[in-house]
Amino acid sequence: MSSDWPLWEVFVRSKGGLAHRHVGSVHAPDAELALAHARDTYTRRLEGVSLWVVPSAEIVASDPDQAGELFEPAESKIYRHPTFYDIPDEVKHI
Amino acid sequence: MYTTELQKTGKIENLEDPQLLDAFEARVAADEFIEPKDWMPEAYRRTLTRQISQHAHSEIVGMLPEGNWITRAPSLRRKAILLAKVQDEAGHGLYLYCAAETLGTSREQMVEALHSGKAKYSTIFNYPTLTWADIGAIGWLVDGAAIMNQVPLQRTSYGPYARAMVRICKEESFHQRQGYEIMIAMANGTPEQKRMAQDALDRWWWPSLMMFGPPDENSPNTAQSMRWRIKRDTNDELRQKFVDVTVPQAEFLGLTVPDPDLAWNEEKGGYDFGEIDWEEFYAVVRGEGPVAKERMKARREAWDDGAWVREAADAHEAKRKQRKAA
Repeated sequence: MSSDWPLWEVFVRSKGGLAHRHVGSVHAPDAELALAHARDTYTRRLEGVSLWVVPSAEIVASDPDQAGELFEPAESKIYRHPTFYDIPDEVKHI
Repeated sequence: MYTTELQKTGKIENLEDPQLLDAFEARVAADEFIEPKDWMPEAYRRTLTRQISQHAHSEIVGMLPEGNWITRAPSLRRKAILLAKVQDEAGHGLYLYCAAETLGTSREQMVEALHSGKAKYSTIFNYPTLTWADIGAIGWLVDGAAIMNQVPLQRTSYGPYARAMVRICKEESFHQRQGYEIMIAMANGTPEQKRMAQDALDRWWWPSLMMFGPPDENSPNTAQSMRWRIKRDTNDELRQKFVDVTVPQAEFLGLTVPDPDLAWNEEKGGYDFGEIDWEEFYAVVRGEGPVAKERMKARREAWDDGAWVREAADAHEAKRKQRKAA
């Protein structure tokens, strides 16, 4: 039995000006076919105006088990949000 | 933080394939976004590279006047807030360098241009932060002016720049509010604190108005930049808007805007204000600002002092590769 083709992650830009968003993945032997498969799999209904494919093996991801420690510092710093500050209602445009 | 385009290379000329140029102009006129791999006129690429990199440099240099006060912030609360704000400015610089890199200029080239003095950054950062009230005035006025400039740039025609601006604008609101909160505290504090607040407003008002760049009649490439949707409003339009929203905020604080010519003009529905000292503006652009030399020295020192960290990271990666290969 032959092995699977390598996996590619697919990103679609839904319309001009927006960033590409991850939508899923495809198997393909090379970049060109990965694009072709991505087009057929993920953009059959005008879902996008641009496609990116990236070899899945090239993606480095954070460890979900470490998510607590990794993101906690942001959780405790509520002063990064504008609503933390009391500005009287009569002051406008701020 | 923000800077309007400061470095000009005279009139921009278009020596492009007219058919490609027409198609490009039509796309931009239809409010389409241009992406890195799309065809674009060289002048568009050059203007944007300059504007985005100057904007990035302004974020990075903008850390210096405020970083100067982190250790002296009057409470742990203020210290944590200021630290978070300065950290945001670094982040904004990085978003913008990334956007500029998509136009084909490397990070190294941009950093080099800044450190050699070839690249410009916002004139506002060449003024000193003398008292704690200055940190309030910067958040309120300087970040306020930056927001005024940056909000329309969320619809600028170059996709990566527009998307960076969306993220930046979302984060910028806290900057202005923490500054205004400092001003409220100072303006309602002891007479001496109120005097400090007034003094900060006196020193930062005019440089903040200069942040919007030269007057429209002296901004020769504005028409082209507007047509290409690189800019969405003229310098004078944005400056007027800023004055109109900021004067009532100063009144609420019980502070006086240092402009004897400032007066409400019922007919135009906005304030009339006094003449800006453009000689001072151009002198600061030329690098003659009060602390311009100090800023560049601090920047270069930070870069040089960090060299060993970058070298160590490279050495570590090289060793790891070698171990993997073995």
